[in-house]
Amino acid sequence: MTSGVNEFAIKIATANGTGSGSANSLIMQAIFRMGIPVTGKNLFPSNIQGLPTWYEIRVNKDGYTGRTPTFDFMVALNNATYAKDVAEVKSGGYLLYDSTWPFSEELRRPDVTYIGVPLAEMCNLSFKGVRERILMKNIAYAGALAALLNIDPDIIVELTQEKYSKKQSLLESNRRAIALGFDYVKAHFDCPLPVRLEKMDATKDSILIDGNTAASLGCVFAGATVGAWYPITPSTSLMEGFTNFCRRYRVDTVTKRRKYAILQAEDELSAIGMVIGASWAGARAFTPTSGPGISLMSEFIGLAYYAEVPAVIFDVQRTGPSTGMPTRTQQGDIMMCAYASHGDTKHICLYPADPHEAFEMAVKAFDLAERYQTPVFVLSDLDIGMNDWMIPKLKWDDSYRPDRGKVLSSEELDAATSFFRYLDVDGDGVPYRTVPGVNPKGAYFTRGSGHNQYGAYTEDSDEYQEVLDRIAAKVKGSAKSVTPPAFKRKIGAKTGIVTVGGCHGACVEALDRMAAEGIVHDYMRIRGFPFDDDVREFLEMHETNYVVEQNRDGQLRSLLMLETGVSGHKLESIRYYSGLPLSAQVVISAVKEKQRRAA
Amino acid sequence: MSYIVKPKVHHPSLQKNAIGRTRRDYEGAISTLCAGCGHDSITAALVQAFWELDIEPYKVAKFSGIGCSSKTPAYFLKEAHGFNSVHGRMPAVATGAGAANRDLIMVGVSGDGDSLSIGLGQLCHAVRRNVNLTYVLENNGVYGLTKGQFSASADPGSMSKKGDVNTMAAIDGVLMALTLGATFVARSFSGDKAQLVPILKAAIRHRGFAFIDVISPCVTFNDHEGSTKSYAYTREHQLEVVQADLVLPQAEIAIDYSHGEAMRVQMHDGSVVTLRKVDENYDPTDRDRSYEVIRKHLLAGEVATGLLYISPESVDMMEQNEAVDGPLFNLPFESLCPGAAELEKLQTRFR
Repeated sequence: MTSGVNEFAIKIATANGTGSGSANSLIMQAIFRMGIPVTGKNLFPSNIQGLPTWYEIRVNKDGYTGRTPTFDFMVALNNATYAKDVAEVKSGGYLLYDSTWPFSEELRRPDVTYIGVPLAEMCNLSFKGVRERILMKNIAYAGALAALLNIDPDIIVELTQEKYSKKQSLLESNRRAIALGFDYVKAHFDCPLPVRLEKMDATKDSILIDGNTAASLGCVFAGATVGAWYPITPSTSLMEGFTNFCRRYRVDTVTKRRKYAILQAEDELSAIGMVIGASWAGARAFTPTSGPGISLMSEFIGLAYYAEVPAVIFDVQRTGPSTGMPTRTQQGDIMMCAYASHGDTKHICLYPADPHEAFEMAVKAFDLAERYQTPVFVLSDLDIGMNDWMIPKLKWDDSYRPDRGKVLSSEELDAATSFFRYLDVDGDGVPYRTVPGVNPKGAYFTRGSGHNQYGAYTEDSDEYQEVLDRIAAKVKGSAKSVTPPAFKRKIGAKTGIVTVGGCHGACVEALDRMAAEGIVHDYMRIRGFPFDDDVREFLEMHETNYVVEQNRDGQLRSLLMLETGVSGHKLESIRYYSGLPLSAQVVISAVKEKQRRAA
Repeated sequence: MSYIVKPKVHHPSLQKNAIGRTRRDYEGAISTLCAGCGHDSITAALVQAFWELDIEPYKVAKFSGIGCSSKTPAYFLKEAHGFNSVHGRMPAVATGAGAANRDLIMVGVSGDGDSLSIGLGQLCHAVRRNVNLTYVLENNGVYGLTKGQFSASADPGSMSKKGDVNTMAAIDGVLMALTLGATFVARSFSGDKAQLVPILKAAIRHRGFAFIDVISPCVTFNDHEGSTKSYAYTREHQLEVVQADLVLPQAEIAIDYSHGEAMRVQMHDGSVVTLRKVDENYDPTDRDRSYEVIRKHLLAGEVATGLLYISPESVDMMEQNEAVDGPLFNLPFESLCPGAAELEKLQTRFR
């Protein structure tokens, strides 16, 4: 894409733990407030201090959110990564470096403009103490960028005022640092650059939010009262969000007592056990985790499936296998979550594409879990969970009431002639349940061992199979209730692009760019599992479906083949599993290459 | 968990408790454990304790993991919900249930394999959290359902039925619970119902985690000579260091405290635990002294029993969490969901 006004990408290279985060979000937020669509991606190490970290900002007037792998503007402030950073600058692009120290001639490219700003020198003169000098160096480059890219200075002032309204000294330091960068660049270079910002009006109905925060908000709005967790990147901020929102909304104003319980467990096994116990006792309960956590939880997930206990599990996916790269993104848990645990199991899964859907699907997950009395997974990923996305404002319908499913009240139990926990009274595969402590007629024994439809222990083959078959039918029936796929159809398209979750942004951009060249595809984004008939029908109606996903083994493709029976030769796999968010270019190149080979 | 339903034949002269229920109302299905199993005696003690406490059975929730011991919740309180979970993970399930509904009277039954091997971590952390749970460890030193392997509570030097000698150190649940900050620690013997029932009653009334290690011989795999968890060995080596009794609030006036060495510990609900020391040096409210005395007896080959430690200052998990009174699970949705207007207001933060 041609770079220019409101159409470019910046990358900022710093070292972890130096406080560059606040400068980066300042820049990002300022662009957003100028009314220009923007997305930010934080590429950070699994480390507290010292290792390289990057922040990528994509400004795109059309609102595309996918990552771009090359950059118009590089802020290279970490000499440990200079070579790599120089290489990622587009031809004709710019590189800002700290000219307090010389920049090696070997690293200079003739097609890149170098902008030296003596950030350290200026900050050493203007600020006292090592910590403040380091912190303010970051704010100073934000000031320099403001001048070079034409960020509205009033908005920068406004943002710093909001942020430091209660810390006058910090506000003062920030202002000085911004001015240092801004004034130096104005005095020494032609400002602004051809890649620059101009005010738009495209963000007023949007917010900037990360998916974990949005999902935690969904948990609060859905009425979840018990959250159990074991800290794990990249899901940690989901429970932090829940904690913050509960402090705001769930503390009784008179008694100061809490209408929630957050349990930090000793491990993920315990966390899911707590969720199952709490759900069994009638609460809406959830746990946020990542792949390694799901591996540990699997035995309990099988219990919840077989004993029919609701549970909501957020899997903010990161790269695997094993510890993998904990701070990089992937969609490597698709198969594991669909069939987690030993024995025959199958689980409801929801796949948000962005924080907006993370919010909505969080709410829906509780409804599904309680309606179907079974575990429900919400599979987002590190990119959705931890990065700031520009999304339409979240909406809430005050007429919403939780679907608590078939839970018999004390009055209903009094009126009933009998109650059997696993009896298919309504013929929909969903039995009635009771919660403890309510009515003696509701008592039953929950067990993961063989049981019959009356809830009694059994080792009788027919009785065992009867229950297992009903559960299968129940979960199959949920296909009508999970979020349906999102479709986009083009007249004349003979091929389809099929994807899931966070690949959406890059795929939509790829579809548009290919369409501009006259290559049209239909589009299906999977949003729920089990699949309903519309998924199979889409796959069948296209000669070739390009299945785009972020894992090595084509897990979505495998799941589609297993569950729809559509033959593998109709499903061409496009996989990207570097740990970085997907870009449109990857999709376009792969589709074109496959079409060229097929031709 | 196989079970057979008991016939419903109630003799009209069966004694009733204050809420008009007989002991039969606190029973469950017929046990399928081996004849003479210590666990069945503990089940009977639980029945007696709940009956004596006049508790409505449906207000109780029963929990267990996996193993012989974990089958027993089916054998008492048939009017109560039960949850037979996965091996070693009962504490987590009970923790969650207690978070959803702090009014539940929760009792968990576990074994030495379930508690001290596969579930050691969960037990430790439930103790630390002070979950409001009566936790009965039915301790026989052996894996029964898998036919006779040593468990982590098997004493060094003790012999299996096949003749193998255990060479590893034993985990003593009582000493461990004390070091982890447990607020109620007891040890008893399945063959000593007179001691066990009052301990169970006090445990049920205790607000917090009540850990009770009950030596409960396995008649099939660990009741032979050379075992230190047999009936004969336990009878011979049991040493009661403190006698406990629970006095309900309404009965308190009728009790005479004038004699002996009785200590009184006030419970949250107003009932009182009286502790009569058999051992002069014993102070069941002093954690470190208790530890010292129990350890001393252990080294001497004696099994110190009784309500060994109780903390009058117990603050349970939901109190630590500053939760509202009453259950969370049935709070009205309107009091949980901030609503559309609030969402709109909140989102100015995200701009």
